[in-house]
Amino acid sequence: MTPDTTDLVKQLLKGNRRAAARLMTLAESLSPEAHSAIKQLYPHTGKAHIIGITGPPGSGKSTLVDKLIEQFRNQKLKVGVVAVDPSSPFTGGALLGDRIRMNRFASDHDVFIRSMGSRGSLGGLAWATHDIVHILDALGKDIILVETVGAGQAEVDIIQLAETVVLLSVPGLGDDIQTIKAGIMEIGNVFTINKSDLDGADRRYVEIQSALNLGQETKGWQPPIIKVVATTGEGVEELTKAIQDHHSYLVESGEIAQNREQRCSAQLETIVEHSFIRKLFTDPEEQTLFQELVKEVNSRKTDPYTAAEKLILHLIKTPKK
Amino acid sequence: MTEAEQKIRVLIAKPGLDGHDRGAKVVARALRDAGFEVIYTGLRQTPEQVAETALQEDVDVVGLSILSGAHMRLFPEIMKLLKERKMKDVLVIAGGIIPEDDVKPLKKLGIKAIFGPGTPTGEIVEFIRKHTK
Ligand SMILES: Nc1nc2c(ncn2[C@@H]2O[C@H](COP(=O)(O)OP(=O)(O)OP(=O)(O)O)[C@@H](O)[C@H]2O)c(=O)[nH]1
Ligand SMILES: [Mg+2]
Repeated sequence: MTPDTTDLVKQLLKGNRRAAARLMTLAESLSPEAHSAIKQLYPHTGKAHIIGITGPPGSGKSTLVDKLIEQFRNQKLKVGVVAVDPSSPFTGGALLGDRIRMNRFASDHDVFIRSMGSRGSLGGLAWATHDIVHILDALGKDIILVETVGAGQAEVDIIQLAETVVLLSVPGLGDDIQTIKAGIMEIGNVFTINKSDLDGADRRYVEIQSALNLGQETKGWQPPIIKVVATTGEGVEELTKAIQDHHSYLVESGEIAQNREQRCSAQLETIVEHSFIRKLFTDPEEQTLFQELVKEVNSRKTDPYTAAEKLILHLIKTPKK
Repeated sequence: MTEAEQKIRVLIAKPGLDGHDRGAKVVARALRDAGFEVIYTGLRQTPEQVAETALQEDVDVVGLSILSGAHMRLFPEIMKLLKERKMKDVLVIAGGIIPEDDVKPLKKLGIKAIFGPGTPTGEIVEFIRKHTK
């Protein structure tokens, strides 16, 4: 049975949570229906403040998200959460446990929490995350929190999606130099030291401060560093203020337009790339041509560049089925 | 490449006040290893929380685990709340300590299977595969 996406979108726009959930499942299955749904709901998006929460595994991201939900709900804002946990590369299975920390909001109808497995995204942000964020946006959420899997590429990818990136670290993670090297520092708009009840928070503060001073110009937004204890909620009010200050800054400085354009560009690029590759590997005709060209390259009848040009031309010319 | 896929999504929930979730965790891990996406919500869920989580996560299966003996009060409530949310296609199964006498009335409520303590996890995996999609 193919679900009627037009009807689902209609219900979504009326605030129907079940329709939202169904559409998210479609988005995750990467089905053509999902694309048709996104086309219909896209005009209704662009209103939410999208906030990325990223940091190493176990640094307290989910616990912090729970406390942030509380802050935003106190302001009567509607909140959406996308929580990504790693999928097993071997079985494709996943244990999605982020919700455990947010249970108290499970029956608040103005909070919508969705767990996702990272699935086949090679450590990056799960492919459907963008679509799920669009769906929450169209559902009418004011704030959308995206918790990434705390590893490598996903942390960098979050800037393709979030307007404000909260970068978590914890005391005692010795490899601060690695953090700077890996280019992770550049993505943070608000630096947060969680577990500040533990030894070493002050040292961590100084480390981040000096790393920031190394690379930053003094114009524009100065990323604050905020110490919090997610388990007790200490410092979370200040953090919430910093997140909202960053958003105000983006709006007032006009940077938000540029920021959004960059994100649209990144998303468009990804979609084009994926669509090409998907077609190449799912269409039998393309597959045959691909295999032929591989042989020709191997036998030196042609070279990889000419072969790639042929494939691209063929992909563009074959009409969409 | 990321391929279009329909993953089976399972909510493992522990309604009620009992404080053990070892059994539920073992099952959750086994289901993950079978390739399912398992949403694990920890201890002490109210029926409302279970039903709402099932809705938001759009799961194919709800697995209820209980040891406290409160199933005859909690399960009907959960089934009612799921129905209210039009989650009629969801496969509900239960595990834990449930007396023989209660099995029939629970099945009548729409709970499709009841797995006693010590059920091999493979049996649960098989059951889910057979009864979804
Ligand atoms: N001492 C201390 N422990 C904390 C604090 N915040 C979180 N924790 C603990 O850290 C552990 C991990 O917390 P989570 O919120 O699950 O961390 P996470 O980053 O979401 O973990 P993953 O999603 O698995 O990467 C839990 O046991 C929390 O109770 C804090 O401020 N202080
Ligand atoms: Mg987490």
